[in-house]
Amino acid sequence: MRQVSINLLKISPILEKILTVNNLTKKFGYLTAVKDLSFSIEKGNVYGILGPNGSGKSTTLGIVLNVVNRSSGEFSWFNGNTSTHEALKKVGAIIERPNFYPYMTAIQNLKLVCKIKEVSDDKIEEKLALVGLLDRKNSKFRTYSLGMKQRLAIASALLNDPEILILDEPTNGLDPQGIHQIREIIKKVASQGTTILLASHLLDEVEKVCSHVVILRKGQKLYSGRVDGLMASHGFFELKSGNTDSLLAFLKSNPSFSKVTTNGNGLITAFLSEEMNSEVLNRTLMEKGIVLSHLVKRKESLEEQFLALTKNEAK
Amino acid sequence: MLRLLHIEFIKLWNNRVSRILIISYFVLLTSIALVAAIKFDIGPIKFHLAEQGIFNFPYIWHFNTFVTAFFKLFLAIVIVSMMANEYSNKTIKQNLIDGLSKKEFVLSKFLTVISFSLISTLFVFVVSMVLGLIYSDYNELSIIFSDLEFLLAFFVKLMGFFSFCLFLGILVKRSAFALGFLILWQVFEGFVRGMLRWKVFDGDTTDLVMGFFPLNAMWKLIDEPFSRLGAVQSVADQIGEKFEMDYGVHWYEILIVLGWTFLFVYFSYVLLKRRDL
Repeated sequence: MRQVSINLLKISPILEKILTVNNLTKKFGYLTAVKDLSFSIEKGNVYGILGPNGSGKSTTLGIVLNVVNRSSGEFSWFNGNTSTHEALKKVGAIIERPNFYPYMTAIQNLKLVCKIKEVSDDKIEEKLALVGLLDRKNSKFRTYSLGMKQRLAIASALLNDPEILILDEPTNGLDPQGIHQIREIIKKVASQGTTILLASHLLDEVEKVCSHVVILRKGQKLYSGRVDGLMASHGFFELKSGNTDSLLAFLKSNPSFSKVTTNGNGLITAFLSEEMNSEVLNRTLMEKGIVLSHLVKRKESLEEQFLALTKNEAK
Repeated sequence: MLRLLHIEFIKLWNNRVSRILIISYFVLLTSIALVAAIKFDIGPIKFHLAEQGIFNFPYIWHFNTFVTAFFKLFLAIVIVSMMANEYSNKTIKQNLIDGLSKKEFVLSKFLTVISFSLISTLFVFVVSMVLGLIYSDYNELSIIFSDLEFLLAFFVKLMGFFSFCLFLGILVKRSAFALGFLILWQVFEGFVRGMLRWKVFDGDTTDLVMGFFPLNAMWKLIDEPFSRLGAVQSVADQIGEKFEMDYGVHWYEILIVLGWTFLFVYFSYVLLKRRDL
């Protein structure tokens, strides 16, 4: 029954803005860490903030989470109806390293968080079970491995059943098993309809989990929108033929291709400007008497898109 | 308010070192009663400290608040480290992210300071009352409850001192360095006093000016009680010396320390607000 009511909430026509950031700027002395950044986060989506190290991701999150002072610009939580620290009680966030009291057990630490967030502490066991730490609940925090610390941080962030879960590099420094565990937890949380904001420099992580993405470079926004919008190109063909010259001539005269490049060993890359499947291309070429020895149709990965985007801006 | 105190209580009580220090502090406060047990009985010399009048009402209020104030150093360590540890564990960052405002954070620490001071004052009150009722020569109600301003001074003194520790903890962020700074500041005040007395002012003006320095102001709240003791007075009379001292607690002394307390807490907040964590 509960599930039903949650779904009803999700399809409500009012587009609820969880976080709005307007022209945010942060300067550390001469360095501008975040420059005139604007974006907004709507309920129910999974967002990624993507950018190389030092691009201002953590600074941006620090500002909206009340630990870093902004230089100029504004941000507001939940349409600006509450003060930041009240709003943060409805947010779950972990940034960088997990920070807890090392001399306290998992349970004691979580009880403290409940007290701060002003929620009852009867969900502690449930959340510890979700992240698989129930059997270590009475161990002191300092005895935990990094992976366990990170999972405890997620449990802590989920204690208030937050409207939005903010994760900053959640898999940083973990071993493959730890990374896998964290991702599974994130997917589980996302499937329950929680809005997620995930900052990462790992592209496949964002690609796997997020529906929307904000790309930052040197504190500036390069792109913000849907992940599939970013990958909206029609892809490209990789072609090889004994008859390279006539193949090139054909491709260049065909308006379906926007750009054709060759590399040293005869591999031709032809970028599509409109949708075309490989069967059609192959048949047309056969009719023209051009026989292919190699034909692959590919779409750029987010990684290639991202590198292209950041490289263009660097010029 | 209770929520903030409870948060701080969880943090302190689960830390073994703080717990041990807090318990030892209150044990020490009670141990002032042991002074009563000092008793020499060597042939012709019979000496029982408790019967020398130190536990007489209302003198006992003065004596006990003065002596027990020295134990505040134990709690100073607790307070400096409860602040500095928040920085070294980076839990202050997590607290703020979890939804504690910076104001609430400083307030929770200050409320702890007030609680420590209040509980200490109550402790000293109860211990002194019991000792006095056992050993005092005067037991009239009006005498018992006179000179109670020493307890107020005691409370203000502790609160001011702990607020200073709190501020240093936030300023320096490392407990050992903050305690070092505290000692350094004490030396600094001594140095300033020396320089003023030597080069600038006469004795009285130096005292007046020094009264505005935080540690000195706290020290002057409760004057040393020993020269007021009957036995000491009579010895002084015999050798023709007379102490003309004003032992009272003065309202302006209290005001100065309260002013410092306010400034320390306020600057703690300003410092925290302006810092990027």
